Amino acid sequence: MATQFIVHDKADTVGVVVVEDVRPGQKLTGWIMQTDETISLKALDPVPLGHKIALRDIKAGETVLKYGHDVGRAVADVGKGRHVHIHNLKTKRW
Amino acid sequence: MGRYDFYGFRRENGRVGIRNHVVILPLDDLSNAASEAVAHNIKGTLALPHPYGRLQFGEDLELHFRTLIGTGSNPNVAACVVIGIEPGWTSQVVEGIAKTGKPVAGFSIEGNGDISTIAAASRKAREFVQAASEKQRESCTIRELFISTKCGESDTTSGLASCPTVGNLIDKLDPLGATTCFGETSELTGAEKVCASRAASKEVADEFMRVFNAYQEVIERHKTSDLSDSQPTKGNIAGGLTTIEEKAFGNLQKIGRKTKFIDVLKPAEAPAKGAGLYFMDTSSAAAECVTLQAAAGFVVHLFPTGQGNVIGNPIEPVIKLTANPKTARTMTEHIDLDVSGLLRREMTLDQAGDQLIDIMIRTCNGRLTCAEALGHREFVLTKLYQSA
Repeated sequence: MATQFIVHDKADTVGVVVVEDVRPGQKLTGWIMQTDETISLKALDPVPLGHKIALRDIKAGETVLKYGHDVGRAVADVGKGRHVHIHNLKTKRW
Repeated sequence: MGRYDFYGFRRENGRVGIRNHVVILPLDDLSNAASEAVAHNIKGTLALPHPYGRLQFGEDLELHFRTLIGTGSNPNVAACVVIGIEPGWTSQVVEGIAKTGKPVAGFSIEGNGDISTIAAASRKAREFVQAASEKQRESCTIRELFISTKCGESDTTSGLASCPTVGNLIDKLDPLGATTCFGETSELTGAEKVCASRAASKEVADEFMRVFNAYQEVIERHKTSDLSDSQPTKGNIAGGLTTIEEKAFGNLQKIGRKTKFIDVLKPAEAPAKGAGLYFMDTSSAAAECVTLQAAAGFVVHLFPTGQGNVIGNPIEPVIKLTANPKTARTMTEHIDLDVSGLLRREMTLDQAGDQLIDIMIRTCNGRLTCAEALGHREFVLTKLYQSA
């Protein structure tokens, strides 16, 4: 089965789109590498190749998990299926 | 020949190189013109121009000497001509390189002028390059190979696939006695505790954290923002990386899942604790990092890229791999190995690691990398602070 996004770790709250031209409303198939599980998700934004997509609703101020680890803080509410990037996620360092 | 054996050049000190360069090495910026003139006169030699070497002092001067001596001493270099403005520091570099037993000679410009210096250095370079051309490759084992790694213009595909491919190679070759090296101190920010947990002992972990925290102090002292315009880079951000923490965890995939690092090296410091994985304190800028690793004696470099960094090094061949299908398609002339099949689940990480081992061994046997074929020779010295 074709995979449109990949998730590093079961605990992660974001996945990575690995195909070009994901459009809003598109139903996506994902692969969780750690557990070798297949999941599905509806994209709500256009998400370019390599960019992140929210796997669940994330509240402003919440820690975002990738690789099973803290990769920063959401600075806005992010709905499941939305594009996650510099407009809604910031570093906690520097 | 076993699967991991290769044909290399065995040097006077027993170390093994995979290239056979005769280097014309300027001590300082003032000697670039003469060095390039010698390399123009004598075919098959390689000048390494750079912008520094005057009025440096203290730790910064030590690093300058260590980098130049290390570059000339690298086993990929058969012989070396050093040219400096004055004889004092020139002979210091010559004597450092001479400890390897390889042919080396120094020339200085003051009191002679460029033209006489170029003539004398050219005669010596002619002798060196003809002698080097008779060196034969010999069968060598993986225990004699020094491999460095660093990633650049990373994106999320680097952390998903191309960095783990390097990690798979290191996990396979570490038990066989390869000597390997990673660096990028600042680019482990957010993943530093996980990195420290991969040290072979508490002492090594403590030293890693000391070096890491010292680099953080440099950033805190000089930063004017949260570094979001520099680290991650604009290219990283275009590729989907948002924060330094996210970039750091992707970066760390290069050391595999189980290999422990056995020592922490100063920039350009040669490993001295035998085979194993070493961490080197380096900048995360690609050419600075690779130049330091080459100066420490590493002879082949593995460089995962996401968005398509095009770096090479004059003496250490840089093998580039990408998992980004768009980069593999649009920048084919820069990519030695395409592992984008990992993202399509058409190959396993184990298979990707084996493919990287194969292309690395072919490179060690003499195959030119894309960066070599394209003439990428980025030689970039790390400078720690202003000159006096």
